[in-house]
Amino acid sequence: MEYTAPRTLAEVCAALGAASGTVKLFAGGTDLLPRFVAGVNPPALLIDIKHVPETREIRRLAEGGFVIGSACSGGQISAHTELVRSWPGLTEAMDLIGSVQIQSRATLGGNLCNASPAADSVPALIASRARCRIAGSDGERELPVEDIIVSPGRTCLRQDEFIVSFFLPARNPRSADAYLRMTPRTEMDIAIASAAVNLTVDEQGVVNECHVVLGAVGPVPVYALPAARILLGSRLDEEVRQRFRRQISALCRPISDKRGSAEYRTDVTAVLADRAALTAYNRALL
Amino acid sequence: MTISIHASVNGEPCQFQCQTTDTLLKVLRENLQMTGTKQGCGTGDCGACSVIMNGELVCACLVLAVECGQADILTVEGLASAGQLHPLQQAFLDNAALQCGICTPGLLMAAKALLDKHPQPDETQVRYWIAGNLCRCTGYDKIVRAIMGCVS
Repeated sequence: MEYTAPRTLAEVCAALGAASGTVKLFAGGTDLLPRFVAGVNPPALLIDIKHVPETREIRRLAEGGFVIGSACSGGQISAHTELVRSWPGLTEAMDLIGSVQIQSRATLGGNLCNASPAADSVPALIASRARCRIAGSDGERELPVEDIIVSPGRTCLRQDEFIVSFFLPARNPRSADAYLRMTPRTEMDIAIASAAVNLTVDEQGVVNECHVVLGAVGPVPVYALPAARILLGSRLDEEVRQRFRRQISALCRPISDKRGSAEYRTDVTAVLADRAALTAYNRALL
Repeated sequence: MTISIHASVNGEPCQFQCQTTDTLLKVLRENLQMTGTKQGCGTGDCGACSVIMNGELVCACLVLAVECGQADILTVEGLASAGQLHPLQQAFLDNAALQCGICTPGLLMAAKALLDKHPQPDETQVRYWIAGNLCRCTGYDKIVRAIMGCVS
């Protein structure tokens, strides 16, 4: 395996364009290195992208949005107080991944590109309407996060492309997000169901924008548009929440495995989404 | 592919040769003969190989040695100085916070990383910081007591 650690975006793109054999991009390594231990062959070329400044910065834009580099670690994201204040749900989702040791290394871009159905940050990223800046050997393009994962472990990125950074849109006043997950153990575990809610309320406390995304209950995150529509125009009254919970369960397509049955995942996702919506709503009113 | 790396280990300049696929854990134990850092799971689950790299607590099994050029690495061998145990090491002894000892170097490094960043943690914070370090002997209470005993 050849290892290279370029210092600029152009060098990463050149290395991707010139590579003839298998290539892997590398940042935190928390998903990639265990795979080598499990016997997966290392690639011919490993490109370490975390020395490229654009992949490591967290920057607030003048119009209020944020740019988060794809190789920013969980620890780096949690330590950014401005980002945590604007996006409490996204940052708590990233913070739930693994131990302090993992938080030191695991990256936001890695969590997306690993394409696990149970990835914690991905539902929250999609609910935030984040877009990816993608660079490749023949130029750049932009895609919404929900277009990236095509099936478990697979993304739509070409072998000569990588995600440089994420763009989070500016917040309207009275906006907030929240993320909740269910794990069989209380710590250091993988979600068997999760829900991210990002919403905005008007001056009367009525929801006028809402995005709901479910994790670990389908091969890819579920963008729960019919459920989000139920919350629109409401103040999250009990009758609305009942219909919301039923719609959430109807959108779940989980598998059964040793960590949780499909029935349990379907039930608990409704509870998680309901509580995440309430948390986001109360945060938005603050 | 063999690469030559210059790093700092426990404050001393250090040079080693490694394969690009070698982990920092392998290099510490096999190339540098520093066997204080233990190998447990090898996949970042147990924390036995915890070391501090550039001020951050990491699992040495999840770091490639080739990434360590110019890095500042602190292992359990760097805790004691001039024949004197580090206060955390003494506290682990005083509280009988170990039995078999395999998890101890990793727990000591996790505790040191915590106290470096948060000199006055509460018990919840201590338990959160050592959640990535598995111990099958002690039930953790004595470890938590030892670390709390070092809070200034």
